Amino acid sequence: MIDLSVNFGGIKAPNPFWLASAPPTNSGYQIMKAFEAGWGGAVWKTLGVPVVNVSSRYGSVNYRNSKMMGFSNIELITDRTLADNLREMEEVKKYFPDHAVIASLMVESRAEWEQIIKDVENAGADGIELNFGCPHGMCERGMGSAVGQEPEVLKTIVGWVKEAANIPVITKLTPNISDIIPPGLAALQGGTDSISLINTIKSIVGIDLDTYAPYPIVDGKGTNGGYCGPAVKPIAMNMLKDLAQHPEIGRIPLSGIGGIETWRDVVEFILLGATSVQVCTAVMHYGFGIVREMEAGLRQFMEERNYNTIYDFAGKALPNVTEWKHLNLEHKVVAEINADKCVGCELCYISCDDGAHQAISLSDDPLNRIPSIIEENCVGCNLCSLVCPVEDCITMVKKDDGTEHSSWNERTLNNDIPTTFNDDRAGGKGHFVPKPSDALKI
Amino acid sequence: MAEYKKPKTEAEFENNFKQKNPLMNDTEAYYEASRCLFCYDAPCIQACPTSIDIPLFIKQIHTDNITGASKTIFESNWLGNACGIVCPTGVLCEGACVYNHQDVPPIKIGRLQNYATNKTIDAGKVIFKVGESNGKKIAIIGAGPAGIACACEARTLGYEVDLFEAKEKPSGLTVYGIAPYKITNEEVLKEVEYLQNQLDFNIKYKATINSKAALKSLEDDYDAIFIGVGLGKTRNLELEGEEKENVIGAVEFVEELRMKHHKLAVPKKVVILGGGNTAMDAASEAARMGAKKTVLAYRNSKEKMGAYRFEYDLAISAGVDSLFNVTPIAITGNGKVEGVKFAKTEMVDGKLKTNMNNTFIVRCDMVIKATGQAKQGHLYGLIDDLEIDTKKRIKTNDEFQTSNPMYFAGGDAINGGAEVVNAAYDGKMAAQGIHNWLNK
Ligand SMILES: Cc1cc2nc3c(=O)[nH]c(=O)nc-3n(C[C@H](O)[C@H](O)[C@H](O)COP(=O)(O)OP(=O)(O)OC[C@H]3O[C@@H](n4cnc5c(N)ncnc54)[C@H](O)[C@@H]3O)c2cc1C
Ligand SMILES: Cc1cc2nc3c(=O)[nH]c(=O)nc-3n(C[C@H](O)[C@H](O)[C@H](O)COP(=O)(O)O)c2cc1C
Ligand code: SF4
Ligand code: SF4
Ligand code: SF4
Repeated sequence: MIDLSVNFGGIKAPNPFWLASAPPTNSGYQIMKAFEAGWGGAVWKTLGVPVVNVSSRYGSVNYRNSKMMGFSNIELITDRTLADNLREMEEVKKYFPDHAVIASLMVESRAEWEQIIKDVENAGADGIELNFGCPHGMCERGMGSAVGQEPEVLKTIVGWVKEAANIPVITKLTPNISDIIPPGLAALQGGTDSISLINTIKSIVGIDLDTYAPYPIVDGKGTNGGYCGPAVKPIAMNMLKDLAQHPEIGRIPLSGIGGIETWRDVVEFILLGATSVQVCTAVMHYGFGIVREMEAGLRQFMEERNYNTIYDFAGKALPNVTEWKHLNLEHKVVAEINADKCVGCELCYISCDDGAHQAISLSDDPLNRIPSIIEENCVGCNLCSLVCPVEDCITMVKKDDGTEHSSWNERTLNNDIPTTFNDDRAGGKGHFVPKPSDALKI
Repeated sequence: MAEYKKPKTEAEFENNFKQKNPLMNDTEAYYEASRCLFCYDAPCIQACPTSIDIPLFIKQIHTDNITGASKTIFESNWLGNACGIVCPTGVLCEGACVYNHQDVPPIKIGRLQNYATNKTIDAGKVIFKVGESNGKKIAIIGAGPAGIACACEARTLGYEVDLFEAKEKPSGLTVYGIAPYKITNEEVLKEVEYLQNQLDFNIKYKATINSKAALKSLEDDYDAIFIGVGLGKTRNLELEGEEKENVIGAVEFVEELRMKHHKLAVPKKVVILGGGNTAMDAASEAARMGAKKTVLAYRNSKEKMGAYRFEYDLAISAGVDSLFNVTPIAITGNGKVEGVKFAKTEMVDGKLKTNMNNTFIVRCDMVIKATGQAKQGHLYGLIDDLEIDTKKRIKTNDEFQTSNPMYFAGGDAINGGAEVVNAAYDGKMAAQGIHNWLNK
């Protein structure tokens, strides 16, 4: 029997699908609707110091026919009154005692933190999330990412919160730093029960070519926004991995956020160590109904692999994410074209010839548009297989027999690495490259 | 306009009857699925008689959860694979797709549906569970789409199920009636086999239920009975000369074609009487069987035809000629058909009038009557207290229960002839109706 329920650092929920603190969790109405639709938890839109929002708040990056591949906002924390939010929180908890309702908070002084913690506890919140991530507006006032970027300040505030709180505390980190470990460690040392990441990334999604102002445009001007949506998933996953692999931070629960839209995204985050996931943009795009696809897919995946809970596979990809220096230099793959499937677009040819390693040739027969791989030139970079528009037409075929292993690390230990600029042991030595003047013959 | 040569081999037959909705390949499915907008309260779902969660299964295809997509489909429609291919999607789901408003081709929902279920069926994925046995038994008369759907749903609810089928193969008109360019016999039968393997219902073939005694024994042995007998043979037109050789009903013609393929002899000149979808199918089929001249004759105007426009266009593209506002008054010939004598018709004060002063003969060697199927009146007469409406359809309530509480009914037998998808819906809902009734 599959059991999707989670106990995330003391916060219990019927499943790991949570709404991130954002517009979809702006009101009790939305959160109840989401729980009805199948979400297991919701992080309330950040409560805290009073704010005023601008009109014209979002911008997006559309890629080809995909709308909102990346999404940006310049919205602040909630602009509704604390009293309204608390009243609604209490009501939600009455209807959904077993779902996770987490209060995201952002205030300034210690006294404010203590007061607001008491308030949300009284309203029945199951946990607190500290918003140290907002990268616009709030940081200008010394909060949000301004805290997330200063490990010492972060640690102090987490300490205050932990002292005041009787319910579990999640610290939400900003990706707007160069190394996620210092803020992660600071949160841990401050005593946080768990960590969530990522908040949005500082960005400019586009410039209007009539007004020369960045999107979203507010009366002719704009500001940097917070970037999220499918485009940020790779960045989020890498930071999640960093925390999950850390010997100390990796021991506390991690909630993965950033670009999650389908069951595959959910599984990938769990494989990298997340034990709850939070979603914002996908819900802003498609509504709460997308959880149907996530849950059905997660269940199917678990059923096929005989997993009963998400803990059975949480973190399973971590041992396979290593440092470059440990990768096997003896591994060799070569591209192979399935001539039956090829449609003759020749994108593989041009991408390899202009953008990679000149390992694909065209036929002399103008009627034959199927390119051929020049195996001895192919370095196995994958590029052609990535550009090929036909499913499974170009595959990367393993050529080594799997018996040999040598990594940069091992070779360093064996004194077998190239050391000079013209060292014979350099990887590209002897690799075929056409003569420069050949370029003029085409 | 296509010109078809008489098919002499199975390969030539298959070529003439090329699948209208061929199986999608992976690339096509991936791109097509990526176009779906995942609309809220999607109009395509509303337009599907079985309310399949279309945006969900399409997203599942896109995220490579093919088995999940099939679950989503079968959850709503037990004949999801067949329906993906034979449904008139242009007037159902695809006709409702929001892309139509943008002059962008609608999502190919039917073919995506077929793509997912076909993969799951071929992989033999186990996705259904028989319900815990409740010790009760249901008899189903007729193993057409309605009967099969009822059987599947009843099994998931824990009933023992026996189907009694007059013919030698399951799935009724899906295998005996639908045009061969829409679906192949193999495709139909493999879906039923897939369902039967997992849900374990019994089908007794060549087991026509046509006597009071047979019904009595069902009533004694079972807790409820579902009638899914569809429609009967082609109705007689009471025309002079109708008994002549080579005058054949459309349903009978198609059935022979479905079973004999290229071995069926279709003569040079064929006249098809009727203006419904069955007439269009029969005309297309005669043309694809190599008839030199195929003439569709309908008594009213082109606009008044009951057939879907796309079915008419398909027939025309197969090389069929059409005559409108003509009604047959006699079939001529000496033992064998030699022609049809028609009279012109015209609208007079909103009524169609035959002008016997304006007649002519169309020469032909075969007449296919696509003028409607008779109802299964004989069987209905044998069941106590079974109410039939004026069009000889079995009357049912919202739970698909007939006026004789032990009997439930669905499919063509209650709607007078619709689509496979309607039968699939009725059968499923009838099983739930039975369940509700037995657990009252
Ligand atoms: C020429 C033609 C083309 C069609 N094309 C399409 C199409 O393209 N797409 C589409 O969706 N629909 C199409 N249809 C309609 C579709 O086939 C029917 O709506 C559907 O098959 C109805 O299902 P059913 O189960 O109600 O009846 P049927 O399919 O008629 O099945 C009834 C079953 O009951 C059996 N039976 C009857 N009497 C008895 C008895 N006394 N005892 C035991 N068994 C009995 C029959 O042998 C049969 O197997 C077409 C129909 C025709 C005639
Ligand atoms: C319009 C908008 C408002 C947001 N407001 C908040 C907020 O108040 N507090 C917070 O912690 N995160 C906020 N976020 C960040 C999200 O919670 C989330 O971390 C981020 O969007 C990444 O997830 P996604 O890719 O699923 O959108 C906001 C995001 C958006 C798009
Ligand atoms: S999404 Fe709603 S609130 Fe936003 S601009 Fe449109 S109508 Fe206004
Ligand atoms: S990219 Fe793929 S389809 Fe295009 S020519 Fe190369 S192998 Fe063929
Ligand atoms: S209407 Fe069209 S685009 Fe919208 S969900 Fe249905 S198939 Fe997808």
